[in-house]
Amino acid sequence: MKEAYITGVGQSEVGVRLTRSPMGLTMDAIRQALDDAGLTFDQIDGVASYPGKAHGYLGFSPIGVDEVIEVCGIKARWHMGAGEIPAQLSAIAEAANAVKTGQARHIICFRTVYEAAAMSRPDEFPPLRRDFVDGSSQWTAPFFAISAACWVAQYANRHMQRYGMTREQLAQISLNANRNALLNPNARAITKKVLTIDDYMESRLITTPFCLHDCDRFTDCSTVIIVSAGDALDEVSASPVRIAATAGAVHRHSWDQAEWMASYDTGPDLWAKTDYTAKDVDTVQFYDGFAFFPITWLEALGFCQVGEGHKFVEGGTRIARDGELPLNTAGGQIGAGRLHGFGFAHEAVTQLRGKAGERQIPGDPKVAVATSGGGPLAAALLLARD
Amino acid sequence: MSVKRPRPRLDADNRPFWTGGDAKNDGGKLYITHCGDCGEWTHPPRQFCRHCQSENVAPEAVPGTGRIDTLTVNHQAWMPGLEVPFVIARVALDGVPGVVLTTNIVGCAVDEVAFDDRVRVTFEEQDGVWFPLFEKVS
Repeated sequence: MKEAYITGVGQSEVGVRLTRSPMGLTMDAIRQALDDAGLTFDQIDGVASYPGKAHGYLGFSPIGVDEVIEVCGIKARWHMGAGEIPAQLSAIAEAANAVKTGQARHIICFRTVYEAAAMSRPDEFPPLRRDFVDGSSQWTAPFFAISAACWVAQYANRHMQRYGMTREQLAQISLNANRNALLNPNARAITKKVLTIDDYMESRLITTPFCLHDCDRFTDCSTVIIVSAGDALDEVSASPVRIAATAGAVHRHSWDQAEWMASYDTGPDLWAKTDYTAKDVDTVQFYDGFAFFPITWLEALGFCQVGEGHKFVEGGTRIARDGELPLNTAGGQIGAGRLHGFGFAHEAVTQLRGKAGERQIPGDPKVAVATSGGGPLAAALLLARD
Repeated sequence: MSVKRPRPRLDADNRPFWTGGDAKNDGGKLYITHCGDCGEWTHPPRQFCRHCQSENVAPEAVPGTGRIDTLTVNHQAWMPGLEVPFVIARVALDGVPGVVLTTNIVGCAVDEVAFDDRVRVTFEEQDGVWFPLFEKVS
């Protein structure tokens, strides 16, 4: 079987209530990624996205895979826009499988989000209906557990109860995100000033233990990752990053019945597919839609024992850019906006190529883990420059 | 919580759960899907047992008592007019191993709710749906 590589990355303007259209943002990111890879549209033969166009809630996912194929004139041999996959980054994992098995040579993977703009233009982008609920949300929304914040907060509270996690320890995720986002030019619309522990402790509560700074915020952006087959690298000008392993798991696809999060099943499975171990990892980019998630990913991937994640991040030094395991070096979603998973792959590649500018981690990073999801969703990518 | 609760769309699978609180049903009971073959419970309700895949399943009244597995005190008004704060909790049901319900704890101040508190179901009706809420057992 062939290998799969990430050969290009791109990101549109990142903003709140942008006026440029969702397709405009998507095309900006695609062009940037193509330029990065040194590829042209006629070399692209696959397109993937998560979760596909969300017709009932366009702000969440306004652009379909077929629209990108149409606008870019792509002659696709393989495409996929799917939500029933482990999590956001699984679109990239599936693209990797496609190039490994010869179904395509170069695949554009994109995630476009438009939730902030959509909220400000409800006539154009109707909000999700809240009066009737079906599917899995019928088991939570009737109790006004409407946001994922309410679901994840219950897991976080249990971690506090069982293992003694404190709010000061949880805060380290947001403080670290803030420090890194301030060095990320693409995060300027999201993070504008220094966050102190006092700001954090005094900010308003959303749902305990989460305060405002524990939650990402609606953002408008498109992020693109190009996945290429190992035998097509001679067509590419950029330095490729190998997708060394991928994993995703679900045992109960239910926010309200799952005893624990799918990340804990995904982590061990990732290591089972590679000779690399957690000790080889130079940086981690962990999904942080809520600040508790990175703590669970640290545990799930074996960087510490289950129930010890909050101790790992205590004080923030180990997860800082110059620490032993730099975390969310672009600011994560808390600091750099709710890019919905793809931002973590974008930053992992940027760091492994040494192109992260002011926020570049020291040394010569070769191995990174990017994850997405929480609760019943979980996907992980192991990326290596080897 | 003066605004209307988001209303589940009733179907063959979920109707016994969402209408079990009607006093016409033996005074109002909490119904969970039970397997007549293996004896295990399936929730969310389906017409198959999720443990043995039997179709010999039926809604069965359960005691309606339980223990708070975990909780959050919600401060954010997610909908216009939603009164805050209030408690969202997962309740582990007595006699129904493996099933937890996301619900609200009502009838007491939010700071009186704690892990492992004993609770009992109480129904709130709205437009033909009986929402199972829980209150502390004193």
